Amino acid sequence: MAVTPGWYMALAAVLFIIGAGGMLLRRNALVMFMSIELMLNAVNLTFVAAGRELNVLEGQVAVFFVMVVAAAEVVVGLAIIIAVFRRRQTASVDELTQLRG
Amino acid sequence: MVETVVFVIFGLAALFGAITMVWARNPVYSAMGLMMTMFSIAVFYVSNSAHFIAVVQVIVYAGAVMTLFLFVIMLIGVDKEEDRTENLPIQRPLALVLILSFGAAVVVAGRLAWTTGIRNPLDPVNGTVEAIGDELFKRWVLPFEITGLLLIVAAAGAIALAFFKDDDDAEVDPWR
Repeated sequence: MAVTPGWYMALAAVLFIIGAGGMLLRRNALVMFMSIELMLNAVNLTFVAAGRELNVLEGQVAVFFVMVVAAAEVVVGLAIIIAVFRRRQTASVDELTQLRG
Repeated sequence: MVETVVFVIFGLAALFGAITMVWARNPVYSAMGLMMTMFSIAVFYVSNSAHFIAVVQVIVYAGAVMTLFLFVIMLIGVDKEEDRTENLPIQRPLALVLILSFGAAVVVAGRLAWTTGIRNPLDPVNGTVEAIGDELFKRWVLPFEITGLLLIVAAAGAIALAFFKDDDDAEVDPWR
């Protein structure tokens, strides 16, 4: 049995669903953030698999740009989590009920 | 045959890591699970002949991003166990329904619309540094420059968030 790109797509879909579930079910801001990273990784895997299927290199270039954006997002997001933690001493999003300065 | 074995082993590892990430009570275990998944995805990149992307995945994600995550987890404190009681009563059933329906949608879409686009008849792609660089610095050079700007803005934003301690409103802020 050969591994067609469809198998990679299916695995990426399952990983994306797990990430979406973590995003919906967990209340720790850090774990929610990790779920976002998992979803981004799953989509990157579909890009690479589709690029292999269609025999083009643009899939890998797209993955490169997604990685850059994800890195920037992680830097700012974790800085926001630290800033919130300094004020409220918690990383749970349920505690953050008052969005004021 | 080799690819099948690699796919099964690292596919299971990726799923195990992802489920560990969502399930683990301790954020450090979550980070370790996510790291396992990221390494497995790097292996899949290699078996899809995306060699440069695989190396970048290990360096940027498993290296830099996960180090940053672990740093923040340690800074916030790993001994704080998460309170798992859910405040919104229908959040969990609704989330499960959404997840299941999304999975069903993926299965249906995968059966209905699978092959899109025209297969490029040239040689099989090989994502070496040379090939990616050729593509990146010729066709995609302007987006590449813009990502440089984006990274500078992100770094400046992180420094600004970490640097300015708003001490002046310490009295009026009840949450300090």
